[in-house]
Amino acid sequence: MQRYLLSRFFQSVLVLFGVLVLVFFMVRITGDPARLMMPREASPEDIEEFRHRMGFDRPQIVQFLDFLSGAVVGDFGDSLHYMMPALPLILERLPATVELASVSLAFAVIVAVPLGLIGGFRPGSLWDSLGRAIGLFGQSVPNFWLALVLIIVFAVKLGWFPSFGRDSPKSVVLPAIALGVFSLGRLVRLTRSAVLEIRSEDYIRTAHSKGLSPRVIYVKHVLRNAAISLVSVIGVQFGYMLGGSIYIETIFSWPGLGRLAADSIGVRDFPMVQAIAVFTSVVVVTLNLLTDVAYALIDPRIRYGE
Amino acid sequence: MESERRPKSYTGPRQGEVEGLRFRETEQEVRGFRYRLNRLTWLLVRDRSGMLGLALFLLVVVAAAFSPLLAPHDPLEQHLAVSKQPPAWSDGGDWEYPLGTDNLGRDLLSRIIYGSRVSLTVGFFGVLIAGGIGLVVGLISGYIGGRVDNIIMGVINIVLALPYLLFVVFIAAILGRSLLNVILIFGITDSPIFVRVTRGEVLRIRESGYVEAAKSIGAPRWRIIFDHIMPNLIGPLITLATFEMSGMIFYEAGLGFLGLSVPPSVPSWGNMLSAGRKYLLSAPWIATWPGLAIMFTSLGMNLLGDWLRDVLDPRLRRARK
Repeated sequence: MQRYLLSRFFQSVLVLFGVLVLVFFMVRITGDPARLMMPREASPEDIEEFRHRMGFDRPQIVQFLDFLSGAVVGDFGDSLHYMMPALPLILERLPATVELASVSLAFAVIVAVPLGLIGGFRPGSLWDSLGRAIGLFGQSVPNFWLALVLIIVFAVKLGWFPSFGRDSPKSVVLPAIALGVFSLGRLVRLTRSAVLEIRSEDYIRTAHSKGLSPRVIYVKHVLRNAAISLVSVIGVQFGYMLGGSIYIETIFSWPGLGRLAADSIGVRDFPMVQAIAVFTSVVVVTLNLLTDVAYALIDPRIRYGE
Repeated sequence: MESERRPKSYTGPRQGEVEGLRFRETEQEVRGFRYRLNRLTWLLVRDRSGMLGLALFLLVVVAAAFSPLLAPHDPLEQHLAVSKQPPAWSDGGDWEYPLGTDNLGRDLLSRIIYGSRVSLTVGFFGVLIAGGIGLVVGLISGYIGGRVDNIIMGVINIVLALPYLLFVVFIAAILGRSLLNVILIFGITDSPIFVRVTRGEVLRIRESGYVEAAKSIGAPRWRIIFDHIMPNLIGPLITLATFEMSGMIFYEAGLGFLGLSVPPSVPSWGNMLSAGRKYLLSAPWIATWPGLAIMFTSLGMNLLGDWLRDVLDPRLRRARK
């Protein structure tokens, strides 16, 4: 297992290096990062001055090494809009996003897993039909549109929850539902098919034929094996939420990273966007690594295997 | 044996089906394309949600193909006198504009019909590019294996580990608003999933009995790839393409919503949502219709994809029963 974890760790470091390369070259795709970041009406002299100030006139390799060495020690560059280092701005917004994503994920898991389990154990039942309908709805409804509908119904018409901001504990409810609904759909469907698949495995038949009670079979054999595929997907979903928050946070004026990213794009503050992209990638890659560790702990095939 | 023979027109499920994979790899291979098509049609008619999915999808295709014939108005024509008119069945509505008008008095029904063109174009060409890249790279990675495979999969894992949406928005903001840019963005960023699925399937097929048999009678490499591997890739890739197309239609609207997709003058569902958001309280229907359009298109493709997956993968079909 140590070897497995070590190789996974090494892989994660490589992935992050890849992210840095990607983010560095992305703002250079159009050929001229200075023009990209300056307002459209800027004069050629201004652009030239900006290019020199940002160091874009240096050789690419020097710029890249500069960018790389900065990122390694946590210096992700300066925001053009706020005129200060990007990292403190990100850390300031991070708790709001983590709160939103955690509540969303909790909402998705708490609703989805029981529905998926019932559906898998009793396919064709009323609960199964309900679960499948919710699963399909969750995967088909655009979350940015659902957010608008939630605002109209629950904030404007009924007045139960605030429609924007992060002032009271109630504020998180609507954005969390809107952000979590896609993961909810995916988790219901996944849990259901995992249970169905496991139930048709040979070892379940063996367990039945050696006379184990259904309860023991469900808890010890089916649930444990279903948990393995769930853990990996839940990890991925959290990463998805960090990216998806860009819509939801904008709509609900939620003061998190997603809204910071959207606002920064609006004012062409690309160093800020770069920093957010790198930072979010670090979080996602770390989460994936932790998921794999959890995976290895749950699944003896990985613990003792390769 | 006598019992093994069946009339050629027989299209229902067969005895061999319960054996899952073995059926797929031997008997079906021999029966050829016509047999498969008959069997697919038969299975589709039997599956009601699959039919619903197909119907929804075809509805969007028809809307996109015949927009000028179906739309009652020019989607760009402004009638400021009737701006923000509600749908026909509510107070103040008029059947001249069945779904109402937007803030500039443009007919919402016509804009929804024309908007399907952008969504379908992005979805179709995006999937075509992603699938093309995925097929070629996945075949190389899976069939050649070794160091090449390691490098390719390393890169794929990097891309798949990224917070996808954030990067899509980031690239779209850099490249600027155009239909071609949006198609390229989705086509390229989505290809890693196709690479991974293709490679997985190639690895599985490469180890199968019939590829081994083909090798042992001395079939050249190109023949194994084109005659044995490629036909077996079609099923999984079409299924994946359906889901990914649904995803692209979804994300294109998301980009439009942030003002990063096609130019604002083009009627697209995302642009309509983005515009309607400003009039959420005074004219909620402006944002409602494009949202419903996206949802039903996505629903149709998901149903279609579910059905395709069940039909094309006998292992899952068994599990579902």
